[in-house]
Amino acid sequence: MSAEAKRLDWRGLVIPVGFVVGAEFAARATGWESSMLASPSGIVAAFWTVLIDGTLLHATAATLATSLAGLAIGSIFGLLIGIPLGLSRTADRLMEFSIEAFRPIPAVALIPIALLVFGFGFRMEISIVAFAAFWPILILTRAAVAGVEPRLIQVARALGFGATARVWKIVLPAALPRIFVAFRLAAGIALIVAVTVEIAANPLGLGYNMILAQQTLRPELMLALLVWLGVVGWAFNHILLWSQKRLFGPAAMIRIER
Amino acid sequence: MALIAFEKVDLTLGGRPILAGIDVSIRKGEFLSVVGPSGCGKTSLLNLAAGLLTPSAGRITYAGKPVTGPRQDIAIVFQDYGKALLPWRTASGNIALALEAMNYPKEKRAARIAELLALIGLSRHADKFPNQLSGGMQQRLQIARCLAQDPSVLLMDEPFGALDAMTRQALQDEVLSIAARTGATVLFITHDLEEAIYLGDRVIAMRPNPGRFEISFDIDLPRPRDQLTTRERPEFLKMRRELFDVIKEVEH
Repeated sequence: MSAEAKRLDWRGLVIPVGFVVGAEFAARATGWESSMLASPSGIVAAFWTVLIDGTLLHATAATLATSLAGLAIGSIFGLLIGIPLGLSRTADRLMEFSIEAFRPIPAVALIPIALLVFGFGFRMEISIVAFAAFWPILILTRAAVAGVEPRLIQVARALGFGATARVWKIVLPAALPRIFVAFRLAAGIALIVAVTVEIAANPLGLGYNMILAQQTLRPELMLALLVWLGVVGWAFNHILLWSQKRLFGPAAMIRIER
Repeated sequence: MALIAFEKVDLTLGGRPILAGIDVSIRKGEFLSVVGPSGCGKTSLLNLAAGLLTPSAGRITYAGKPVTGPRQDIAIVFQDYGKALLPWRTASGNIALALEAMNYPKEKRAARIAELLALIGLSRHADKFPNQLSGGMQQRLQIARCLAQDPSVLLMDEPFGALDAMTRQALQDEVLSIAARTGATVLFITHDLEEAIYLGDRVIAMRPNPGRFEISFDIDLPRPRDQLTTRERPEFLKMRRELFDVIKEVEH
């Protein structure tokens, strides 16, 4: 981690900082204020307001909670189905058509159905996030399990392990680093889909607050939330990256050296 | 008395005959080397003895009973140690895998692992991961994992084929001393004629398409063997010459 921090080149900040300062000057010089644009200082002020009154915390919690719940449900189903499909070619062939038929459906196209079934609220949003997160986990888990070194399976058989112990001691640990990559991918998708559902339909979370700010002609709040969403997404990904390094240090090393 | 016996064994995989009419019995405590050109079914022969493959015809017995699947007193050393070790487990962890498979009492595992690591000269590397070990050390580790099973039979599939000459000689002598000490029966597959003669009590040469036995001869070289003097003995050179002629002939 420290080596990475050292490599961060501060010159990379010149353009964004310059842009913000320039925008501030331009806003003050022209006195621009509209239903679309806001000055950087206005955005900071709006951010401060929602931070103090608790709106931001509340909305962030709602969005993160639905993302994580949907991600968890999608991951569990993805693993439960992906592992057997990776282990058995017969099961894989049996399911291939069904999977390829459902997979292309865009998750957000399920909003109308989910609304009918669950109404507005957490459950509807979680179900759509789960659907979206399910596919990358399923497909990549299947590939990770099917791609486990056959020699390792043979070693386990030769040692006299039964089928369950083989999966538990050999297949899963061997596939885990790649499954975790799938999880990171799905986590990114989960956040995107959660915010999309909130913007499109569901009255909660950061997405809803953004669309509300837009409709009440408060561009400074809308942009403040947009920047905040960027921060949340960035932090989310970095926590996962960090855990990946902690969890799979040695195994990840071998992957690079080969 | 035969510990492992092949009786008129044929093996067909995917409609292709791999082995035909294999008839051999391996005595308890015997060191049997099998040589042959690539594609002659040497590895299939070993997988049959391990119970990883089932013969299409004939039968294979272990201590008089038919072989139906892998068993814990038969251990296999694979050639590709890089793939046969668990990269996410340390040297100790890899040995522990064999102990877990045999339900070895948990409280005695640490001591047993230390003992095996010492035996194979890896005590200082107990906590290293396989990719932090040299090729020779990785193969030692795989051998230690097999010894953890306390096997009566060691099946070795070209175990030193990927190692440099110096490491190979050191490991050959270690395998000989392990076999002498434990009294294990060894089936040793190799494509190196000198290695086959140097290690074995008996050498079988195979012929391909389909794989079958061409010639078998006993090796009366005295034990313990020595990398220099054994290889300089006239009998050694004579056998190497004979074997070389056979292999050259079957390759055409």
